[in-house]
Amino acid sequence: MNQSLYLRRRLINGFNLTMSTLTMLFGLFWLSWILFTLFSNGLSAINLDVFLHDTPAPDSEGGGLRNAIFGSLMMAAGGTAIGTPIGIMAGIYLAEYGQRGWLAPTARFINDILLSAPSIVIGLFVWIAYVQHVGHFSAWAGSFALALLVIPVVLRTTENMLRLVPHSMREAAYALGAPRWKVVTAVTLRASKAGVLTGILLAVSRISGETAPLLFTALNNQFFSADMNAPMANLPVVIFRFAMSPHDNWIKLAWAAALIVTLAVLALNIIARVLLKKDQA
Amino acid sequence: MPEKARPPRFQLADAVFFNLTRGAAFLVLALLTGIILSLVHGSWDSITHFGYKFIFSSSWDPVAEEFGAWRPIQGTLITSFIALLIAVPVSFGIALFLTELAPAWLRRPLGIAIELLAGIPSIIYGIWGLFVVAPILMDGLPIKLGENVLFTIPPIQPWLTEATSGIPLIGKLFDGPPFGIGMFTAGLILAIMIIPYIASVMRDVFEIVPAMLKESAYGLGATTWEVVWNVVLPYTRSGVIGGIMLGLGRALGETMAVTFVIGNSYDAIESLFHPGNSIASILANEFAEASAALHYGALIEMGLILFLITFVVLSCSKLLLLRLQKGDGSHS
Repeated sequence: MNQSLYLRRRLINGFNLTMSTLTMLFGLFWLSWILFTLFSNGLSAINLDVFLHDTPAPDSEGGGLRNAIFGSLMMAAGGTAIGTPIGIMAGIYLAEYGQRGWLAPTARFINDILLSAPSIVIGLFVWIAYVQHVGHFSAWAGSFALALLVIPVVLRTTENMLRLVPHSMREAAYALGAPRWKVVTAVTLRASKAGVLTGILLAVSRISGETAPLLFTALNNQFFSADMNAPMANLPVVIFRFAMSPHDNWIKLAWAAALIVTLAVLALNIIARVLLKKDQA
Repeated sequence: MPEKARPPRFQLADAVFFNLTRGAAFLVLALLTGIILSLVHGSWDSITHFGYKFIFSSSWDPVAEEFGAWRPIQGTLITSFIALLIAVPVSFGIALFLTELAPAWLRRPLGIAIELLAGIPSIIYGIWGLFVVAPILMDGLPIKLGENVLFTIPPIQPWLTEATSGIPLIGKLFDGPPFGIGMFTAGLILAIMIIPYIASVMRDVFEIVPAMLKESAYGLGATTWEVVWNVVLPYTRSGVIGGIMLGLGRALGETMAVTFVIGNSYDAIESLFHPGNSIASILANEFAEASAALHYGALIEMGLILFLITFVVLSCSKLLLLRLQKGDGSHS
């Protein structure tokens, strides 16, 4: 029979599948290279001082990232606290009340777009709508910008998780005479607790590394500040400023900050996934 | 059950709860409208002053207050295009590997590893690209084991310039100063950043292909590649294109990584190795330092242009993915 055709098909198959395996290795290669770089440059730069001292002036020795770590935590907490309730409520509407009408499909569509919208535009929006009116950069503005990034992530996971709850559970609660708000809060939301928590963790991991929306909202601060109405230091913007600078000490601190941010983000990501898997099992 | 049979306080609580959730959903719509309106409002000075010429003008002079968006728009499109050129075939390979080739126990960990690539913040790609990738592209890198040099990665940029120098058109693309930073490096880093997005959409849509369809093709003697190319890919076409558009949308608006490695220059772009800028990188670099009202206006108008472009691209992506979901329902 047609041996050469058969051979050709097998060769093409073998070649393409090998290429596919190579692309997988290609992807893993970048991930391990980035992590390797971060550890090799960051570990040597991390010591106790990094957590105990504030960001140094240019051309000075020592110093740390205390103010930036604190600022990042504050703004991530602020963004999550503002964004999460809105995201969960909207997710409830889409999953529980969204069978009829135009609002739910439209909101779902827009939300998916906001999920991938450029975060720098969100920063611009907060600058125009808030910073410009108040007249100064502030940690609140940074938190607002981050909250706008939290909402789409939380909304989407909440809706998806609520949809997984079997209808029989809702019906059982209705049959006992429970009002709708009670069914949602005490039965469906409770059943999808772990899933919703996953969404929140993913949102936190996303905003912990975001730089662009903070550039024109929280700006930066060389000193320690706990005032939410004033500019506040934060790790991503510190990395940006320090890495672009010609000072060796600053660049070293930028690597330390980069390692801290990445470890935090990856840890949150992995915890979220483990949590979700446990819930589904 | 008729509503009357319920105690009135339940009705009130229900109405409050319903309207709270509806308000939150409405807020999402308001957010989008708010973003567009405030961007238009913020850039009104520039819109009225320059008109449509703003888009096609390539001057950028804050002192003379002459602003045009053409160079950054060009930079944004070129870097995103390079990124897609690299990322699409790679993502396809990864999705193929994860759905057809990998043993079942490896699929989940490998999938998570690729998704972690998406979790790494943009700024990390930036600092890594500037300090690690750019020098290697420029100078190469000897790989050492102890004292001995095992082999040397050649300096890729000069090498590409030389290798393509005889070819018309293509030679011109790679002819440029090998500084390490520039359009090419930005495109390369963007590609790595969008691979996980495209790959995970492709993997998800490949997984919905009914096993019966694939098995029928295998039963006729098709090879794995033929099944993927002739059955899986046609079946999931709109989803695959949707995934690519999603990646494009991400690449267009990516800020920090690009700002680090694109070179930030307003000069005309003569080759891929030339430094340039993108809409997002200009915003990141100049916005906090702008002072004149017209400068602000021009920068905000660029943000508006960026938002509108990504909005269209992401809408297309979403519509294509929705179409696949609907089609999936009717097939089964």
